[in-house]
Amino acid sequence: MNNTIKQLSRSPKFMTGFCMFVAIILFTLIYPLVNPGNPLEMIGVGTFARPGTYVSLYDAVSAQRETFKLADADDKRLAASISDEDRVAMIELFGMAGMELDIEAGDTEALLEAWEANFDTLIQTKMTSAKRKYYTRINNKLLDLKAADTLVVYEQGEEDSKSKIVKTDYVRTGAVANVKTLPLGTDNFGRDVLKELVSAAKTSLMIGLIAGTVATLVGLTLGLLSGYLGGNVDEIIMFITTMFTVIPSFVLLILISYSLGQEQRGPSVVAIVIGLTSWTWTCRSVRSQVISLRNRDHVNLSKLSGHSLGRIIVTDILPYIASYVVMAFILQVSSGILAEAQLSLLGLGPKTTTTPTLGLMMNWAMLYSAHTNGSWWAYFPVILTIACISFSLNLMNTGMDQVFNPALRDG
Amino acid sequence: MSEMDTKVQGSAQPEVQEAAPSENKPKRDFTTGPLCLSGRGVTRVFGTGDKKKVAVDHVDFDFHEGEFVSIVGESGSGKTTLSKMLLGLLNVSEGEILFQGKPRDISTRAKKNEYWKGIQAIFQDPFASYNTFHKIDAVLLDCINMRGGKHLPYEKKVEMMTEACSFVNLKFAELTNKYPFELSGGQMQRLMIARIFLLKPKILLADEPTSMVDACSRATILDMLLSLRDEIGMTIIFITHDIGLAYYISDTVYIMEHGKFVEFGKADEVILNPKAPYTKRLISDVPKIHEPWDLDTVVEELA
Ligand SMILES: Nc1ncnc2c1ncn2[C@@H]1O[C@H](COP(=O)(O)OP(=O)(O)O)[C@@H](O)[C@H]1O
Ligand SMILES: [Mg+2]
Repeated sequence: MNNTIKQLSRSPKFMTGFCMFVAIILFTLIYPLVNPGNPLEMIGVGTFARPGTYVSLYDAVSAQRETFKLADADDKRLAASISDEDRVAMIELFGMAGMELDIEAGDTEALLEAWEANFDTLIQTKMTSAKRKYYTRINNKLLDLKAADTLVVYEQGEEDSKSKIVKTDYVRTGAVANVKTLPLGTDNFGRDVLKELVSAAKTSLMIGLIAGTVATLVGLTLGLLSGYLGGNVDEIIMFITTMFTVIPSFVLLILISYSLGQEQRGPSVVAIVIGLTSWTWTCRSVRSQVISLRNRDHVNLSKLSGHSLGRIIVTDILPYIASYVVMAFILQVSSGILAEAQLSLLGLGPKTTTTPTLGLMMNWAMLYSAHTNGSWWAYFPVILTIACISFSLNLMNTGMDQVFNPALRDG
Repeated sequence: MSEMDTKVQGSAQPEVQEAAPSENKPKRDFTTGPLCLSGRGVTRVFGTGDKKKVAVDHVDFDFHEGEFVSIVGESGSGKTTLSKMLLGLLNVSEGEILFQGKPRDISTRAKKNEYWKGIQAIFQDPFASYNTFHKIDAVLLDCINMRGGKHLPYEKKVEMMTEACSFVNLKFAELTNKYPFELSGGQMQRLMIARIFLLKPKILLADEPTSMVDACSRATILDMLLSLRDEIGMTIIFITHDIGLAYYISDTVYIMEHGKFVEFGKADEVILNPKAPYTKRLISDVPKIHEPWDLDTVVEELA
C-alpha cells in the first residue's frame, strides 16, 4: 500500500493530474470565502456584460479629481468613439466614391484625416438616403467630439449647483465608491459568471463523485458476487447487466430523468441516476477479473484454511482488483460530470433555480445564443473547466495505469 | 528390489537418495494399512452439449494411512481435477468419495472446515499460492490459529514457526516481516511444506509440487515430503507427470489416461512390469536426465 503510493508519487502523469484536480477543488472551496453570496444573484439588468472592471459613473462625478494633460488622450478618445462597424463603413464609402485609400481600419489618425479632407466630395456619392443620413451622423459625431470641451452635470432640480467635467479630469478608481470587477462578465440573466462558474464546478464535481461512487459500489458488489459465486447468482446478475447494456445508458438516463420530472431532479438525484445507469462496465470487468482470481491457488489455499466467504473476498480478491477499481472510479467520476453536462444541455439536468451546474451554464448560454452574439465568456470558461477536470482525472488514470501495468510504462 | 536400489543409487540426483526410505529405516508396508481416502466411480464432467468434457471418468481408488501414492499422467489427463475433488474444492459429478471408510460429508461450511483439518494441499505454482498482500508471518500464524493455537502466547507461536521453518531448512528469523514474493520459488514451496508441518493433516495432496522449482530445490522438497510421511505418518498423494520420479519415491502408483486409471498397483510392480500400453509409453518417454537408471534398460534386464 505504502509502496503503491510511493510509486504513484513518482509518476509525473499521475502527479500532474492529481495536483490539477486538487487545485480545482481548492479553488472551488476558497473562492466563495473571498467572494461570498448567492451565485445566482442577478446583479446586472442587461445581459452579457463584457468581462472587465466596472466603475460607477454616478460616483465618479463626485469623486476627487486630478488634472492630467496626457498627449495621446484626445486620439485615444476619438479612436474609442468610432466603432469598428463605422470604420468599415467609412472605408467602404471611399471605395464607393472611387477613391483609392491605403489605410488600415485601425489607423484612426490617417482615417480621420482622409475623412475630414474628403467628406464634402464623399457625401455627394450616389447612395440611398438612409446611407447618406448614416454617414452624416458619423460626421456630426466626429465634429462634436472635436468641438466639445466641457460636460456639465447637475442634479435634477438643482440646476445652479453644476459640476463641470473637462477632458483633462481624472479620478482614481480607488476614489470611486463603487467599482465592480467581473473577471468573466455577466451571463444572460446578468449574473456574475465567475461566481456562478465556481459554484457550478463544485456542484458538478459533487455530482461526479456521487455518480462515480454509486456506479463503482454497485458495479463492484455485483461483479464480485457474480464472479465469485458463479452459478445462478451469476446468471441473474449477468441478465440484469446485459439488459442495462443493450439499452444505451445515455438513452436510459434521458428516459429516467424525463420521467422524474423537473421538480424531483435535485443535483444529488441526478447524480444517483447517472451512477445507476453506468455501473455495468465496472460490473463486467470486475466479474471477469474475479473469475480469473477465484481459481488462483491462493484462494484455494485460503478456502482450505477455513476462511469465510466474506474474508476471502475482502482479503484474497479485493486487494488484487483494488487498483483497478480505483481507476474505474476515477473514470466514472469524469464520465459522470460529462453525463450531467450532456443531460443539462438537453434540458434534463438538475432543477434550474437553486444551484448552477456546469451543464446548466452551458444550457443557459446556448438558450440565450451566447455563441452567436459573441459572448464567449458565458460558455468558453465552462467548456475549459469541464475539459480541465476531465483532463486531470484522465491524467491520473493514465498515470495509475502505467504504475500498475508496467508493460505500458514508457522508457 | 535390492537390485533396483543399486540402480537407483546411480541416479543423477544424489540428494534425493538420502531421503529414500529404504536407506535407513526398516521397510514398512504402507499399502495395507487402514483406509483413509477411497473413491467409487468418481466422475467429473465440465460443460454441457458440444462442450461436454469428462475430465475424470469413473475412477476407483483406495489410499491407506501413511501410504505414498503417486498419480501419474500426462498433462490434461485429469489429475488436477481429481485432486480438487479430493480436496472438496470441486463438486463430484457422479460417484462417491469416502473419508476414513465413511462417505465424506462436506455439505456445510462447518463440515468442510472439519474435513480440511484432515486434508491439505501443496499446489503446483508457488508464485500463485500466496496472497501477495500478506506477510510470511501471517501465513504461518494462520496455520497455528487453525490448529486451535489462537490463544497461545506469542513466544510459543514464534517457537512453533521457527520449528516449522527449520524443518524445511529455512530460518524464521530471516523470513519474518518479509513477503512471500521476496523468496525464490523453491523457498516458497518449502514454506508451503512448513505450513503443512504446522497443520499436520492426515492427508497431504501435492499437485506437481516440484514441476516449477529448480532441480536443487526439487530434491529437497521430495526429501521433506518423505520425512513428513515417515515422521508424522501422513498419507501423501503425489501428483506428477514424471513416472521416473513416481517410481522412485512412491509405494503405490495410479496411472491416469484421459480421466481413467488405466493401471495401478505397487510402484515397482507397475513400472517394472507395465501392462497398459499407455504406461509403457510413459516409461519410454522418461527424459534423458534419468539416463543412469534408465527404466527401459531396467525393464529389459528384468524381462
Ligand atoms: N474448469 C474447467 N472447465 C472446463 N474444463 C476443464 C476445467 N478444468 C479442467 N478442465 C479440463 O479437464 C481436463 C483435465 O484437466 P486437468 O485436471 O487440469 O489435467 P492435468 O492436471 O492432468 O493436467 C482438461 O482437458 C481440461 O481442459
Ligand atoms: Mg494439473
